[in-house]
Parts: sequence; structure tokens; C-alpha cells
Amino acid sequence: MMEQIWVLIWTLLKIVAVVLPLVLTVAYLTYAERRIIGFMQGRMGPNRVGFFGFKAWGLGQPFADVVKLLLKEIVIPDRSSKFLFLLAPVISLGTAFAAWAVVPFSDSLVLADIDAGLVYILAMTSLGVYGVIIAGWASNSKYALLGAMRSAAQIISYELPMGFALVGVLVAAGTLNLKEIVWAQHGGLLHWFWLPLFPLFVIYYISGVAETNRAPFDVAEGESEIVAGFHVEYSGSAFALFFLAEYANMILVSLLTAIMFLGGWLSPFEGIDALQNSWLAQPHVFWLLTKSAIFLFLYLWLRATFPRYRYDQIMRLGWKVFIPITLVWILVVAVMKVFHIGWWFD
Amino acid sequence: MFGWSDLVTALPEIIVLSMACLVLLVGLVLKPEKDGLLVSLTMLTLVFAALVTLRDHLGAEAFVAREAFNGAFVRDTFGDVLKLFMYMVMAAVVVFAKQYLRNRSLFKGEYFSLALFALVGMMVMVSGNNLVTLYLGLELLALSSYALVAFDRNHLKATEAAVKYFVLGALASGMLLYGLSMVYGAAGSLQLQNIAQAAATQPDARLLILGLVFVLVGVAFKLGAAPFHMWVPDVYTGAPTATTALIASAPKLAAFGLAVRLLGEGLGPLQIHWQSMVAILAVLSIVIGNLFAIQQTNIKRLFAYSTISHIGFMLLGFVGGADGFAAAMFYIITYALMAAGGFGLLIVLSGKGVEVENIEDLKGLNQRNGWLAFLMLLIIASMAGFPPLVGFVSKLWVLKAALDAGYLGLTIIAVIFAVIGAFYYLRVIKVMYFDDAQTDEAIVASVDARFFLNVLAIAQLALVLLTPMLLDVCSSAIAAL
Amino acid sequence: MISDWIPVVLFYAFAGVLLASALAVITVRNSVYAALLLVLAFFSAAALWMLLEAEFLAITLVLVYVGAVMVLFLFVVMMLDVKSREKHALGGYGKVAIAVAVAMLLEMVMLFAGKLAAGLPETSLTRHAADYSNVRALAEELFTRYVFPFELAAVLLLVAIVAAILLTLRRRPDFKHLDPARQIAVKASDRMRVIKMPAEPQSSGDDK
Repeated sequence: MMEQIWVLIWTLLKIVAVVLPLVLTVAYLTYAERRIIGFMQGRMGPNRVGFFGFKAWGLGQPFADVVKLLLKEIVIPDRSSKFLFLLAPVISLGTAFAAWAVVPFSDSLVLADIDAGLVYILAMTSLGVYGVIIAGWASNSKYALLGAMRSAAQIISYELPMGFALVGVLVAAGTLNLKEIVWAQHGGLLHWFWLPLFPLFVIYYISGVAETNRAPFDVAEGESEIVAGFHVEYSGSAFALFFLAEYANMILVSLLTAIMFLGGWLSPFEGIDALQNSWLAQPHVFWLLTKSAIFLFLYLWLRATFPRYRYDQIMRLGWKVFIPITLVWILVVAVMKVFHIGWWFD
Repeated sequence: MFGWSDLVTALPEIIVLSMACLVLLVGLVLKPEKDGLLVSLTMLTLVFAALVTLRDHLGAEAFVAREAFNGAFVRDTFGDVLKLFMYMVMAAVVVFAKQYLRNRSLFKGEYFSLALFALVGMMVMVSGNNLVTLYLGLELLALSSYALVAFDRNHLKATEAAVKYFVLGALASGMLLYGLSMVYGAAGSLQLQNIAQAAATQPDARLLILGLVFVLVGVAFKLGAAPFHMWVPDVYTGAPTATTALIASAPKLAAFGLAVRLLGEGLGPLQIHWQSMVAILAVLSIVIGNLFAIQQTNIKRLFAYSTISHIGFMLLGFVGGADGFAAAMFYIITYALMAAGGFGLLIVLSGKGVEVENIEDLKGLNQRNGWLAFLMLLIIASMAGFPPLVGFVSKLWVLKAALDAGYLGLTIIAVIFAVIGAFYYLRVIKVMYFDDAQTDEAIVASVDARFFLNVLAIAQLALVLLTPMLLDVCSSAIAAL
Repeated sequence: MISDWIPVVLFYAFAGVLLASALAVITVRNSVYAALLLVLAFFSAAALWMLLEAEFLAITLVLVYVGAVMVLFLFVVMMLDVKSREKHALGGYGKVAIAVAVAMLLEMVMLFAGKLAAGLPETSLTRHAADYSNVRALAEELFTRYVFPFELAAVLLLVAIVAAILLTLRRRPDFKHLDPARQIAVKASDRMRVIKMPAEPQSSGDDK
């Protein structure tokens, strides 16, 4: 009896240990986003709010934002479906967090080391769309519904190339377990899957951007045409949950790209004789976080650089460009794998 | 595991499937003026598949039935005989379709590709050896047929027919699947042999019987037997005639194969239970088919009701044990040839911009083209069952099988309604020969279409002479099951 | 032992939710709610499979049905914005539906009553070791024993794609559309010619 309760408590503690840093990262990601895009566009970004009277480059901004959002009133629109209206942000956030259960941070740091991890992640990320759809429908607002419809079509379209890219990873690694996928890339920079799976790597990341409804694929929000899309009616903490979910998903996609294509926590200096025994060649969480940070930066860079895609262009890119490329490349990977072509599949 | 021997066993299916994909791809890149290649490719596929199917039977060693893919698939004489006739009927249908589609600028590679996919489905239906395979074959055929019915999608009636076909077909599939799931639950296996064994040995067969009822309903739906015939007239009438020719001919062979596999092979030990149900289906089909056909003015609709009654006659054979199965097989083979010929003639008569739909449109066919009228006469008379055509012989054998099994009343009803049915066939013949033509427009038919029309119509005479041989083949195919 | 009754409690909880939501799917009048309840039903079914250690199937159920099929369903339902005009749930066929349901229930009871009276079979579910890979086992079965039906199902999906495209793709001659490849291929020199020419002397009278 006691033993089981301890297992329960221990699991809960582990969940907190994953979620708490995640939320903090989200908070500072928003700060980083505003600062970085600010610099790219020759602006300052938030630089005033600090701690205890010190400006500290505006590092206190996220906390100020959180307090502001939490204290605001949640306005529930007239003739909306109240239950679903409030359920939608919870679903968004719930699925965004649920996916983290199987993400390995290092060889031993993983919450649930399950066999079908890859499929689980795909399932959870595809569920996130329900938050968007329900929010759009329950708001009883045309803009919100339009945003929801766009989002649904977009996520369905990009889930396919994303799934196919993962099939490529599956073929290359021979397993669905994320930890084993990382170990399958053992052997240094040139053994990571980004090289044999290069088209899939690029497509996975771009599809990830589309799945998280981020610029340049953010037609679901499209503030210049449908105001803010699915969350136009949301305010206060309900809005904050959507925000949190979106950024948690961004971090997840970055982390997964690093895990599946850039060798996860493996060191890029592995296999170099001169560094063989130094700490630089050892696997460490540090490597994983660094690699993910690169992709997160890319997210911000894309947003600062590219104009928004038109809706039909998004559909075209997904169906007519990505899906055929991934299908062909799966075949190529399978052939490489079966006939041991290249040093990756020895 | 599976190896070369499995693949070789299923070679005909693999050939047709690969060629279906090839035709699809070629159709995409081909220039419109060279699209005759698609028909050639399709015909080549059929010929090649026929040769591969025949090869094993013509060799020095005696043919032995073999299973492949862990028993999911079986290659036996029963399946091969049906397949050979399918290739033949499909070849005729493809040639007819070419002319029809050209005249209506509907000619697309997808038509032939879907026809080949449908053929794969049919082939699997007659040589599936477990429930999943049989079901998948059926769905493959059904899905391709829905698309072919809706092929002319700017045509309102065709779209309506496709929707009806789809909805009722999905319902029937659901019934069948529900029944199959119960059979699986009761027998604990998907293999037909194991199911037969379970059916023979289980003391409490109630679950199997409940499953059987649903399976029978599903099969009756697909065959178009009354009282599950509602879709047949609408679909036959609404679909483009080329598609009607397709779904009216070869799929009947496949549905027969499916029925024999499920009822004869899998649930054979429960014959006492399904016999009476099949008898009811047969009587209802014969009665409803013939009665409703009398009042039709649309010839496609008339053929549809005639199909229902023919399916009824075919089902008569099912009550008569092994001999009955052989007679039913003979019946359905000859019927498939008749149906292909009948609809083929309608296609040839519907030239550019003309659609032969009503019996009136056949007026004075004898004046316009005596030979075509004669071919039509042969086919319609054979459908009606006039001696000395093969339609008469096949009816005779089915009735004999039912009589031998002790179904005297059933036989009498069938004979009476066959005589009643002769009336509406005679009406068509009368219109062709004794009414004056309303138009003297020449009937244009390509050489290959004329060739197949001649073959199918003359076969109605020639098969009478070959009856003992064909019946022998059918009997040995059934015996080898 | 607590570990013995936890799965039992979970089973009844999920089974209850499954039944309740399935019943609600056919009785609620708002079609959007019905679709969402169906999602809940799928989810509970997936949880039941998870309890049976069929984690791959469970996740796939969520991925395919909840993540893709039902999203499209909702998409259509929301787009059509069907306002239910039926006064009664089940669209006025309530009596027939209930009669059929009762008949099926009676059949099932008749069929299984004997077996239930004889007592439920002892748990025959084999619990596998932690390193047992459900995914691998399933893959091996699919690609060896069931390879023929598996490939057939793939052909079926191919036909579905072909049919869907055939029936929906229409090339309208009056339809204006962009070809991105051609847009990208445009070069400045195709559109504009830069000419070198001497500066013209200022003509008098222009700036008057």
C-alpha cells in the first residue's frame, strides 16, 4: 500500500520537475521573442520591467505579463457554449503538456519510457487542434469560427507530411522508442539522421511550424484579416492558457527535431580522436538544450522575416510538395537501410 | 513468412493489380490523341492474366489446389474457372466502354484503371480463403463500382444512382461485417476450413446461425436478390451504360463465388439452416423480378429486373447440394455472358449523342441493321430461356437440381414465372422486328466491339453444344472445393 | 492488494464513460456535441485498450480516429452548421431504433446467458515483461501472417484516393489560377528591358 503511494508521489514530483521548467521556459521564450524580433527590426523590445527597482534588461517582463493576465476578467460571450468555451483552453494546454510525458532529456531523464513514444507524440500533437476548433465554435463568433476552420484544415494537411517524416525516422532507427532513436544516431555529427534524412528533417521542422500555427503559417490567427482567429473572444487567464500551449508546443517541436534528427543529447564532437576523453565528447542534457535552442531561435527568426502565407499556398505546399517528397524519401531511406548504403546504416 | 511460392500462386492478381497502377500512371501522362493505348494495355492485361491462370491447368502435372499467404488465399479450379470467364467478360465490357466513353468525351485513364481494380476485387472474392480476405475483395469491388457509377458526374441521374448505390452498399457491407464478426466469434477462426469444422462439431450453433443470417443478408444485398434488390433498378438505369454493363456482368460471377465460399465452404455444415432462407430469397427474386419487369418501358430498367429474376434462378441451385452448386455456377456464367452482350448491344446502338434508354428506341432495329437485330434476338431469347439457346439449358439444370432436392413447389413457381417473364422479352423482340424504324441513322460500331458482340451472341447458341463439357468443369470445380 | 483493484476500477470507470458517451452521441440534438461526445467515446475505448496492454493500438486509435477522422467530421459539421429541427432525439425514428436495440439486446442475452451463468473465464490475459514490444509483435504478424489482407487494404485505400480525386478534381476552363512554379521562374529581363541611352539634352520650353 505504502509502496504504491510512494510511486504515485514520486511520479507526481517528476511531472512537476518537467512542467515547472517548461513553464519558465515559456515565460522567457516570450521575452526572448520580443527582444530578438525587436533587435531584428531595429527596435528595443521590452526593457523596463526588472526586479526590485533594477531594470535588468527587462527580465521581469514575463512575470508582469503573467500577473496582468491572471488579474483580468474572463469575458464569456453572450450565447456562447459556456462549458466548451472554458474547456477549449484546458484541452489546448492539456494536450500540449501530455506530449512531454515521453520526451527523453537524457539517457536516464525520462518520465515514461514507452515503446510507441513516437506515435504517442504524434497522437498528442494532433489532439491540440481540438482546443482550437472547440474555442472557435464555442465562441459563437464568425472570426473565431473562420480561424478554427482554417486551423483544422491546416493541421490535418500538415500532420500527414509530419507523420511521413516520422516514418522515415522509424525506418532509419528501427524503433519507435525515442531513447533508442537517439542511440541509433550514435557516432558523431555525421551519423546523426539529419544527413540521410535531410529532406525529412527540413519538412518535419516546417510542418512543426505549421502545426503550431506559427508565422508564416499563422492564418488561424491572421490578425490583419480575422482579428485574432480562434481566440478573439478570449481574455485573461483563458487566453493565457492558449498562449502557454502554443509556446509549449513550439518548444516540444524544437526538442523533437533535435532528438530525431540531430542526435538528441549526443555530443557533436563524438568520434573526434583528439577530444575523445574530454567532457566535450560525452553525451549530456546540455547538448540537447543547445540544439533545441537553435530551432527555437529559428522559430523567432522565421516570424521576423517572412510574410504570412496565403491559405491556398499553405494547402498547396502541404499536399503537393511535402507529401510527395516525404513519400519518395521514405522509399529512398528504406533502400539505403536494407542495402546498408552509407555509413549511417552500418 | 511468405516467399516466392506465395507470390507465384497469386500471380494473376498481382499482374492485374500492377497493370491497374500502370494504366493509372500512363493515363496521366498520355496525350489525348494516343489514349487508345490505355485500352490496349487493359486488354493485354486481361490476356496475360488469362494465360497465367491457364498455365497451371495445361501443364503435364495435374493441377492441385494450393493455399498461399498462410491460408489467406487459395488457388483452386473453382476460382480459376470463374476468373477466366471474368477476364473474358471484362474484355468485352472494356471494348464496349471505349466506344461509349469516346462518344461522350468521358474517356479517361481512370475508367480502365478502376475497372482493373474492380477486377482485382472480384478475383480476390472468388479465391479468398478467410473472412478478412473475402471482405476486402468485396470492398475493393464495391468502392471501384461506386466511382464508376458516378463517372459521369455532371449527369444528375448518375450521381443520384451512385449515392444510392454507395449508401445501400455500405449498409450491406455493415450487415455482412457484423455477421462475419459473429461467425468469427463463434468459430474462433477466420479460416473457412476451421469455420466449417467448428460449425460441424459445435453442439450449440446459435451464435453461428445468427451470424449466418447477417451474412446471408449481406450477400443477398450484393447479389441484388429480392427483398434486398431496391438498388438494382436505380443503379442500372442511372449509371452510364458502359458502367452498367460492367456491374451487371463480371461482378455477378464474383458475388456467386463469394456466396459459395461463405455459404458452401465456410458455413456448409449449416446448410439445413440457410437452405430455407435461400429458397425464400430465390422465390421472391423470381416473382418480383418478373412481375416488375413487365411494366417497364426503360430497357435498362427492364434488364435490371430481369437480373433480379436471374439471380433468383441462380439461387435455386443453392438448395440442391453439390449438383445444385454446379448448376448455379453454370447458370451464372452463362448469365454473365448474356448480360455483357445485352448491355454491349445497347452501347453500340447508343451512338454519338443518342442514348438508347427506352424500348421504343429499338423500334425497327431489323430494318436498320438486320444482323444486330438478330444478335439482340439471340441474347434476349436466351435471357427469356427459349430453347434451343443456352438460357434454356441453364434454367433446366437449376430447376432439375431444385427438384432433385425435393423443392417441388419452388420449382413450379419458378417455371410459372419464367413463362410470365417470357412476355416482356417477347415485347422487346416484337418492337425490334415488327415496328417501323423512327430513324434511319446508320449504326456505327468499331470492329472490336462487333467482334465481341458476335462472340457473346453466338455463344448463346454454341454453349448449348458445349453444355456437357462446361457442366463437367463446373461440377469438378465444385467437387474440388 | 491495491494493485489488483486499480485496473478493475479504471476499467469500470472508462467503460462507464464509454457507454454513457456513446449513448449521448445518438441522443443529443446538437450535432457538434454529438461529434465531440464521439471523440470522448473513442478516447475511452483507447484507454480500455491501454489497460489490455495494447498500447500501440490504443495510441493509433487516438491518432487516426480522434486526431484525423473526427477533426474532419467536426469540420464538416461546423461548416454545415446543421440546426436540428427534430423535436425528438434519434430523428423521429426513436421507436424503431429502440425496438431494434431491444431485439439485439435480447439476442445477445440469449446467446451469452448460458456462458455468463457458467461464470466468467479466469483472467487469461498474459502479462508480458517490461521489455516486451507490442509494436514489434504487431508488425511481425501484419507483415508475415496477414500480409495478403494487409496489402489488399492498402489497395483499397489507393482506390479510395483515385475515386475521390476523380470525382472532385475538375478543370474549369474559365477558372483563373496561379502557377507558383511559373511565378518563381519569372526573371526581371522577361518583363523589363533596361536600355542604355545617352542623356537627352534638356529641351527648351518644357519647364515653362
